[in-house]
Amino acid sequence: MSFIETILQKNTLTPDDFAALLSGDAENYLEPMAIRAQEITLRNFGKTIQLYTPIYLANFCDNRCLYCGFNADNDIERKKLSLPELKQEAQVVASSGLKHVLLLTGESRKMSPVSYIAESIKLLREYFSSISIEVYPLSEAEYRMLVESGVDGLTIYQEAYDQDVYRQVHPSGPKSDYFFRLEAPERGAKAGMRNINIGALLGLADWRKEIFSCGRHAKYLQDKFPEVEIGVSLPRLRPHQGNFQPVYTVSDKNIAQIILALRIFLPRSGITISTRESAEFRANLIPLGITRLSAGSSTQVGGRIVQETRPDNSCQFEISDHSSVDEVKLMIQAKGYQPVVKDWMIF
Amino acid sequence: MSDFLEIGGKKISHRLFIGTGKFASFNLMRQVLEKTQCELCTVAVRRVDADQQAENILDYIPKGCRIMANTSGARNADEAVRIARLAQAAGSGNWIKVEIVNDNQYLLPDNLESLKATEILAKEGFVSLVYMSPDLSMGRRLIEAGAAAVMPLGSPIGTNRGLQTRELVEIMASQLKIPIIVDAGLGRPSDVCQCMEIGCAGVLVNTAIAISVDPVATAEAFAQAVKAGRQAYLAGMAEKSKSARASSPLTGFLR
Repeated sequence: MSFIETILQKNTLTPDDFAALLSGDAENYLEPMAIRAQEITLRNFGKTIQLYTPIYLANFCDNRCLYCGFNADNDIERKKLSLPELKQEAQVVASSGLKHVLLLTGESRKMSPVSYIAESIKLLREYFSSISIEVYPLSEAEYRMLVESGVDGLTIYQEAYDQDVYRQVHPSGPKSDYFFRLEAPERGAKAGMRNINIGALLGLADWRKEIFSCGRHAKYLQDKFPEVEIGVSLPRLRPHQGNFQPVYTVSDKNIAQIILALRIFLPRSGITISTRESAEFRANLIPLGITRLSAGSSTQVGGRIVQETRPDNSCQFEISDHSSVDEVKLMIQAKGYQPVVKDWMIF
Repeated sequence: MSDFLEIGGKKISHRLFIGTGKFASFNLMRQVLEKTQCELCTVAVRRVDADQQAENILDYIPKGCRIMANTSGARNADEAVRIARLAQAAGSGNWIKVEIVNDNQYLLPDNLESLKATEILAKEGFVSLVYMSPDLSMGRRLIEAGAAAVMPLGSPIGTNRGLQTRELVEIMASQLKIPIIVDAGLGRPSDVCQCMEIGCAGVLVNTAIAISVDPVATAEAFAQAVKAGRQAYLAGMAEKSKSARASSPLTGFLR
């Protein structure tokens, strides 16, 4: 029996085992890894896929992240939703049947202060069952304030775990503080977040090392905060406003290997694939170990209420799967899974 | 049928209870519940979408199958109580499966918080069935607190590892005066048969049925195993022996 096959027999993996599953050698064992990953996923999550959708509150940003359309240097239309506009956007999203939303902003404490995020959350509570945030890193007290406003989930990607790469792609702005961002998930956990979702932006650095770090970060958080559900997202760089191109190519095969290795290393962790990926690829990934998909997404501020009149360069990035929520549900059903739109309640 | 289980003043004759969270579709879940004539299923409050435009799981549960809301997602007694009240307000009745988990890696229950929740819920008139790590003393305390039944785990949720806690569950079944329903980890019909043989009042299964290739057929196999195990228990099976016993004793002539 090969070293990889031996690992597939184990119930609990060491970090070395995880590294082996991410290795080039393991590419020859993707099928047995997939069989193991599927079995683990079914036992832990059943035949279900949870759905959510992003809502962009504002795209004002003080950072100059090379890979992001909201980069302060980019000449795009800047916009912040007023509460009446947010209400309109929420109504459109709610009419699609979705109950879980992810709120996003650029990093501008001046234009999108925590108080504004809190007000937005209070408004959205009327429409949705679960509200997560993907905003600039906050203090523990600020996270607590948002939890008290009705947030139950925190998504924050380190983007690049490699510190040199991190420095290069975040040349200025508050986001250039690597450790304040790295420690944000812990502050969120202490503040009472129920779900915490981390990730590395794939394409910025060597994905094998990045996912190894990300998986260990997730394991560290899960061990330290057993009451919190720790999940991992796998965002792959997409075309965006600006000239930055991915330095490292991450192929579909690589993404599949990442999902399998993460699933086997972290049996209970949610794994999210967004509409950055194509409909066909997302469908093929369902039986491998993913548990959450976004649907009906727009990466534009107010993208669902002003689609006709807005210029099209103000997206954070271009999405790939443009399917409607109903089409995503049908796709999940066709794969023999149940689309779950509601898996929490604000109480 | 004269053999029935009584919980909260209700008589139940089919002792296989079914969880609903992991099925590929609500239709499939309904077929399983119908085919096994299931009389009690659990539904997570967090999954219930009362919104008219969405599919509501409650519409797929056959008449005759009692719905017991569970407090899945509760991390402490306070949250479990609030979720139970929410379920009741939403019209799912007063039966509640108290499920309090604050360890996401193993999903093992927090017995102490479950006890606190049970005390409060019993006073409010809930019929509480309490998911727990098997423990005789805690079982007694839960009875004092007003639990209608206790639900010790066979092995961690979703593991399909069977009745790993057999010694502890068997002691509970022999000592406690309320129904013992083994919940979680039962992966094979032989596992549930074993639970019934040792005197448990019922079993709750979800994962093993929902993720099998043919959930309807699997559920039927589980239902038959529950019946066989129950019948064996009622028949008063002899103890197991480590040594052989001749069917015609050697000293039989001395009578």
